[in-house]
Amino acid sequence: MKYFAKKIITLIMTLFVVSVAAFVAFQIIPGDVVTSILGTEATPEREVQLRAQLGLDRPPIERYVNWITDVLKGDLGVSYRYSKNMNEMMPVAELIGDKLPVTLWLAAVSLGIIIVVSIPLGVLWARSRSRVADALFSVCTQVTMAVPSFFLGILVTYLFGIILKLFAPGGYVSYKEDFAGFLGYLLFPAISIALPKVAMTARFLRNSMLTEMKSDYVRTAYSKGCTDRRVMYAHVLRNALMPVVTFLGMIIAEIVAGSIVVEQVFGLPGVGRLLISSISTRDFPVVEILILYITFVVIFVYFLVDILYRVIDPRISNR
Amino acid sequence: MKKRLCYLFMALLTMAALGGCAGGTEESSGDKSSTESVTDSNAVQTQNPSTEETVSEEPVYGGSVVVGIQQDIDSLDPHKATAAGTKEILFNIFEGLVKPDENGNLMNAVADGYTISEDGLVYTFTLRDNVKFHNGNTVTVEDVKYSLERVSGLLDGTPLISTMSTIQSVDIIDDKTVQVTVGSANTELIYSFTAAIIPRGSGEDAAADPIGTGPFSFVSYTPQEGIVVAKNSDYWQEGLPYLDEVKFKIVNSPDTALLDLQGGSIDIYPYLTDSQANELKDSFQILSAPSDVVQALFLNNAVEPLNDMRVRQAICYALDKDSINDFVAGGNGTLVSSAMLPTLKDYYVDLNDMYGTGANIEEAKKLLAQAGYPDGVDLEIMVPSNYEFHMQTAEVVVEHLKAAGINATINAVEWSTWLDQCYNGRQYQATICGITSDMTPGYLLNRFQTDSKKNFINFANKDYDAVYQQAFSSLDLSEKAEYYKQLQKILAEDAGTAFIQVPPITIAMDKELAGYKFYPVYVQDMSTVYYVK
Repeated sequence: MKYFAKKIITLIMTLFVVSVAAFVAFQIIPGDVVTSILGTEATPEREVQLRAQLGLDRPPIERYVNWITDVLKGDLGVSYRYSKNMNEMMPVAELIGDKLPVTLWLAAVSLGIIIVVSIPLGVLWARSRSRVADALFSVCTQVTMAVPSFFLGILVTYLFGIILKLFAPGGYVSYKEDFAGFLGYLLFPAISIALPKVAMTARFLRNSMLTEMKSDYVRTAYSKGCTDRRVMYAHVLRNALMPVVTFLGMIIAEIVAGSIVVEQVFGLPGVGRLLISSISTRDFPVVEILILYITFVVIFVYFLVDILYRVIDPRISNR
Repeated sequence: MKKRLCYLFMALLTMAALGGCAGGTEESSGDKSSTESVTDSNAVQTQNPSTEETVSEEPVYGGSVVVGIQQDIDSLDPHKATAAGTKEILFNIFEGLVKPDENGNLMNAVADGYTISEDGLVYTFTLRDNVKFHNGNTVTVEDVKYSLERVSGLLDGTPLISTMSTIQSVDIIDDKTVQVTVGSANTELIYSFTAAIIPRGSGEDAAADPIGTGPFSFVSYTPQEGIVVAKNSDYWQEGLPYLDEVKFKIVNSPDTALLDLQGGSIDIYPYLTDSQANELKDSFQILSAPSDVVQALFLNNAVEPLNDMRVRQAICYALDKDSINDFVAGGNGTLVSSAMLPTLKDYYVDLNDMYGTGANIEEAKKLLAQAGYPDGVDLEIMVPSNYEFHMQTAEVVVEHLKAAGINATINAVEWSTWLDQCYNGRQYQATICGITSDMTPGYLLNRFQTDSKKNFINFANKDYDAVYQQAFSSLDLSEKAEYYKQLQKILAEDAGTAFIQVPPITIAMDKELAGYKFYPVYVQDMSTVYYVK
């Protein structure tokens, strides 16, 4: 219980520090939100009006306190930049709520691909005694890990979209309109995300399996007459998967928080793209919440991984 | 909101030329020479306004197109929208009492006629019969009064369009007639009456959808995805629009736009670079016209060493505009040495001879030496990095300046930073950007008055200020034109800024579509676009 309390306090403290840091960063970077909204042609009266409307005529500390009080009350505020209709601005909660499913589904599909592909691949790799196959796997994983994701995204678009015509680049359909079409379009960005991670996971699993294969229980299993196959799947894989599960946890955090680049390349309206455009338009309420969300996801997933470790291996919690 | 500027990128995109360019610039599919017809500014001036369509096929009613746009909407309120990228779309939804046509003239829209009193102080508008808002209500004089009072600040003290703040009162004469009284005569004010007419009270109604009288009605807007509009079947112009639905889809970058075009998810994309146009010319119609943007290397007249006129002149001599045009605009730009668009032909004066369009390194070096910089100077050019065209121009310019001993460096900044530091803060030495015009010549010149809030180059010349005042108050158009020409000469002689060119605007359109019109202002008019069968 003490452990949980400690973790939660750490989480809250981290979120607070991150929110202050983001606020301070926004004070320091050049660029003023009012001029950014009004452009070059605004009347002076309109500038004054807008500044007051956004509360920007108040001192920074008062603004931060107001903002965080509202957030604690559950009011995330409204975007400076995005309109809901003619006279209202878009509430941040609604804006992010609308974009979040895109990023989450993208993460889910990517993760699905990673698991389905990397585990058999890792096993196959670990079992293959051929040096040629080993070298081949090695080269492939090195290459996919080295290629930057935006470039991979462009390659995927070009290969599957323009040459093979398996999907229409930019033909994103909203999940609200056509869910199947939405998932179909997500497949290709998901491939771009998954490819390097598949390589990493497969490599990780293979190394883990090779280590396990040297263990005493493997020799014991063979000596009591288990088949090669049985030793591999019932004993080695099981044990070797333990560290892989935690590794996957970290990958989840990475994907949920950081599909930013791939969203840009494929024109997916997810939170990553929202973050980029909100930073460039100095849309503070949106940026602040997105940063908190990403911080939260990362800390929370690591927290889960930690718990999982304890469940799998009770020795850890005794320390 | 007719006044706007320095929307660089948009700048590029901005449409064509006052004085008419509908005919010759609209060419049909895959024509290799499609962009060549507009390289010469004279060619544009002489074009016949009548539309000589090269496509003879019958227009078909119905269908849906997707137009790629580069920026998100900044507001769905037509009076508050400031980004050129927003106004180009809202043009399809909203109309003013008058609206621009493709020749740069004004046509009646919600009004079917108007008169201006001799002294230029009273405007009387008669409403067109049975113009309907998208909600089905007929436009009344109350709606007009409300809209004009809203933009001019009479409603709540906050003018939304600066030129309209001169309006003193809006009076309803009868149920067809509205009289507007203004504080000072201005022959160019009529262009401001393009401001949208909206239903009375809709500016305060919290949940109001944007409702106007334009050829298309608003359907939906999703941040980061785009805006959808549908045909207004009650539209007052017979036979328009052709399309049932238009989707304006936000495209992330010029690179993804190219992929989207090739993959078929965009039908029209209005902001091609020269190299993209070449890549697409076999599969798309490529149309081109001069934009309404003046691109320049703007110089901050108040900082060292640019506060010395000779240094500024040296920069003007050092620039090789011909090569900039070739490198960046594929030879399709129109070189200028003045703030005026050549297409505003009554007001434009060709000053290209003053510093030449090629590089004159000797003269530049001589002037620098006279100014006390025989070993050259350092110069930082701030460029908004989101505008690829200006970035590319900057790279060429740096090389030209180096040859003359000016050690120039590029400082690429975000658009928000550029607005804050460069445009509003005036904390810069030089910058490359474009000024988007509205339809009035005065707009391009008024910013260079010493005290103008928009004078971001800190140009200060008393003669200029005096002549501008004379031009502004003149009610005689030919006299006014003379003053405007004088202003351009003063600006060029002082080398207030190093003007470069009017960049071309190039669009790609699906081969099954026709009827796209270039406007002398920044709009994407979809009402005349149709499918051919």
